[in-house]
Amino acid sequence: MVALDQSQVKDGVDQETVDAVAKLSGKYKYGWETEIEMDYAPKGVSPDIVRLISDKNEEPEWMTDWRLQAYSRWEQMEEPEWAMVSYPKIDFQDQYYYARPKSMQEKPKSLDDVDPKLLATYEKLGIPLKEQMILAGVEGAEDAPSEGRKVAVDAVFDSVSVGTTFQKELEKAGVIFCSISEAIKNHPELVKKYLGSVVPPSDNYYATLNSAVFSDGSFVYVPPGVRCPMELSTYFRINAENTGQFERTLIIADKGSYVSYLEGCTAPQRDTAQLHAAVVEIIVEEDAEVKYSTVQNWFPGDEEGKGGIYNFVTKRADCRGDRSKVMWTQVETGSAVTWKYPSCILRGDNSQGEFYSIAITNNMQQADTGTKMVHLGKNTKSRIVSKGISAGKAQNTYRGLVSMHPKAKNSRNYTQCDSLLIGDKCGAHTVPYIEVKNNSSRVEHEATTSKVDDDQLFYCRQRGMDEEEAVALVVNGFCKDVLQALPMEFAMEAQQLVAISLEGSVG
Amino acid sequence: MLEIKNLHVKLEEEDKQILKGVDLTVEAGKVHAIMGPNGSGKSTLSYVLSGKDGYEVTDGAATLGGEDILEMEPEERAAAGLFLAFQYPVEIPGVGNMTFLRTAVNAQRKARGEEELSAADFLKVVREKAKTLKIDAEMLKRPVNVGFSGGEKKRNEILQMAMLEPKMCILDETDSGLDVDAMKLVAEGVNALRDEGRGFLVITHYQRLLDHIKPDVVHIMSNGRIIKTGGPELALEVEHNGYGDLLSEAV
Ligand SMILES: Nc1ncnc2c1ncn2[C@@H]1O[C@H](COP(=O)(O)OP(=O)(O)OP(=O)(O)O)[C@@H](O)[C@H]1O
Ligand SMILES: [Mg+2]
Repeated sequence: MVALDQSQVKDGVDQETVDAVAKLSGKYKYGWETEIEMDYAPKGVSPDIVRLISDKNEEPEWMTDWRLQAYSRWEQMEEPEWAMVSYPKIDFQDQYYYARPKSMQEKPKSLDDVDPKLLATYEKLGIPLKEQMILAGVEGAEDAPSEGRKVAVDAVFDSVSVGTTFQKELEKAGVIFCSISEAIKNHPELVKKYLGSVVPPSDNYYATLNSAVFSDGSFVYVPPGVRCPMELSTYFRINAENTGQFERTLIIADKGSYVSYLEGCTAPQRDTAQLHAAVVEIIVEEDAEVKYSTVQNWFPGDEEGKGGIYNFVTKRADCRGDRSKVMWTQVETGSAVTWKYPSCILRGDNSQGEFYSIAITNNMQQADTGTKMVHLGKNTKSRIVSKGISAGKAQNTYRGLVSMHPKAKNSRNYTQCDSLLIGDKCGAHTVPYIEVKNNSSRVEHEATTSKVDDDQLFYCRQRGMDEEEAVALVVNGFCKDVLQALPMEFAMEAQQLVAISLEGSVG
Repeated sequence: MLEIKNLHVKLEEEDKQILKGVDLTVEAGKVHAIMGPNGSGKSTLSYVLSGKDGYEVTDGAATLGGEDILEMEPEERAAAGLFLAFQYPVEIPGVGNMTFLRTAVNAQRKARGEEELSAADFLKVVREKAKTLKIDAEMLKRPVNVGFSGGEKKRNEILQMAMLEPKMCILDETDSGLDVDAMKLVAEGVNALRDEGRGFLVITHYQRLLDHIKPDVVHIMSNGRIIKTGGPELALEVEHNGYGDLLSEAV
């Protein structure tokens, strides 16, 4: 494997713009915390802690064993250092691995029984846990049904799932949407069959740790031939201090089914960094299609780089069946450190993988993100569109692997990788790895680096926009291809998020 | 409306004086034209008035409706009613022309404490104004100025002007690159906006535009100064004889 092009371009606009844009600190909208009584497991990780988590979730023995095996693997592994990110060594024994609101000791029977404080938390985050329509208010979304669309939500608070909306209605369609801890209890045959089948417990350092200590997350099963009647979404909130969040998501789209799923995340503003190491596994059977969108807005740390979430995530989709299709869309604006490569294993013939990404880094944020497209089947296709935006002193790396195996005859990949720089202290890096092991496949890679230029900003300002609006407009324009790939309901939110992440102040 | 007094401007980065004492007053309801050789400082004047970075005012003043504009941010000047049709309109990839217009209109309304235009109202007005400038729906959807022909860019500037309804319009060579028909459209666009409360400063090299937009006053600029001011006949003189005589007169 060889890195084809590795560039660091530093270029910029005037200092004033840089300063305006760099004033992010204190502007993180979700930095407040919920005062709530918590149950913690003792600090640190050990086989006892693993057993305790398993016990708290009332898991069967096979699950406990699975976790313990992962734990003993993890103990023998080394933390990877190849990514273009640097951060103080994480003391894995100085974290809590399980934190649950006291009021969740007894799992609420329905949403009506959920602690009002928790409901209020989600309400304040703009995610009301009510079964209601989300109104589309997106620019250019003229075809949106005016009555809005339904979105089912699974809300995860620290280590536990608080509740899931629209479960009944989904059930009627045969769709299972619940927390993974419920799935382990109620659908063990599905969990046993699929858990760890895409991201094996030994996959990588963080995934292995996750396999041992994951506390909760979402589970989706869409039966053959079913088109999931609404968007599904999970909203992750880290609230407790010094607590890692290790959620596990498992999505199974059976033959000929379709589902669109969205994940959102926020955390309070704190001085100390917090660890988030999630694993997402997606199984796509024959003729099925999954769209997975993420709007990641973890606390990014302050302008000096204090605090923030360390986000080490393993996400992978296995396109097992022929003609299966997966589409990853991510908007990454938060986290102090992001290490994340949503990947597609294109195993089935004629299967397709797409990856659309916006990664914004500001101040001292670091992101090393990208995708892996592993072409195993014949006539497989993949498409990568990555937009990296850096401001302040941030570093933004696109790292992508496209691999065409010998049997992946007539396969295609197209990669487009654009970087935008705001100011002259930030960096953008592109590290594509390409392996082609047959001669009928084709890989195309295009990369550009540009800067928000003064003339564009002046033009906008002459027309009446203030500097922040101007930057937001130009950056949103730069991201357009990816924003368009998001479900309509979230495109608007993402647009605003792009603006907020870069603005000095937001009205 | 616009009053410029003894304006001296140098480049911020270099010790280069570009405007060397410009005096100019555009009254409400009047159209003033500025002509002058390449490099005489016409665009610089328009940039300094609208607040572009990179220039330093070393002496003099400029007011709009009695208010000192030189201390204002560019967007404040815009909200105060100053509009510049750029000599080289800027491309903004990925940003729809319509989105850009709407953001601009609403930003100015907000700055003036007015209510924002609803999407429906906005659409109606844009479509109407675009039609008179022969800008089709397709062009409204395309990203701002990206891939527009020279003439399309200039018409687009006039559309923005028509939407923003500024008090003081500065047009920097809006006629260059236009074919005869487009020139007429642009001139009609300008003439439609002419009214008692609005002033125009039209920078041009050619009499042709002034045939359509009849100026009240014509100024000749050279080497950072207004060297002569007169009526429409001054433009005709330049058209016929060039700047030679005027320049030597001024020395
Ligand atoms: N940012 C700059 N850096 C260097 N020189 C500049 C800059 N801006 C203006 N100048 C110089 O100032 C002078 C005036 O330029 P300006 O663009 O104002 O002329 P103009 O009258 O508009 O010319 P034209 O008719 O060709 O458009 C020119 O010599 C130009 O090179
Ligand atoms: Mg000029």
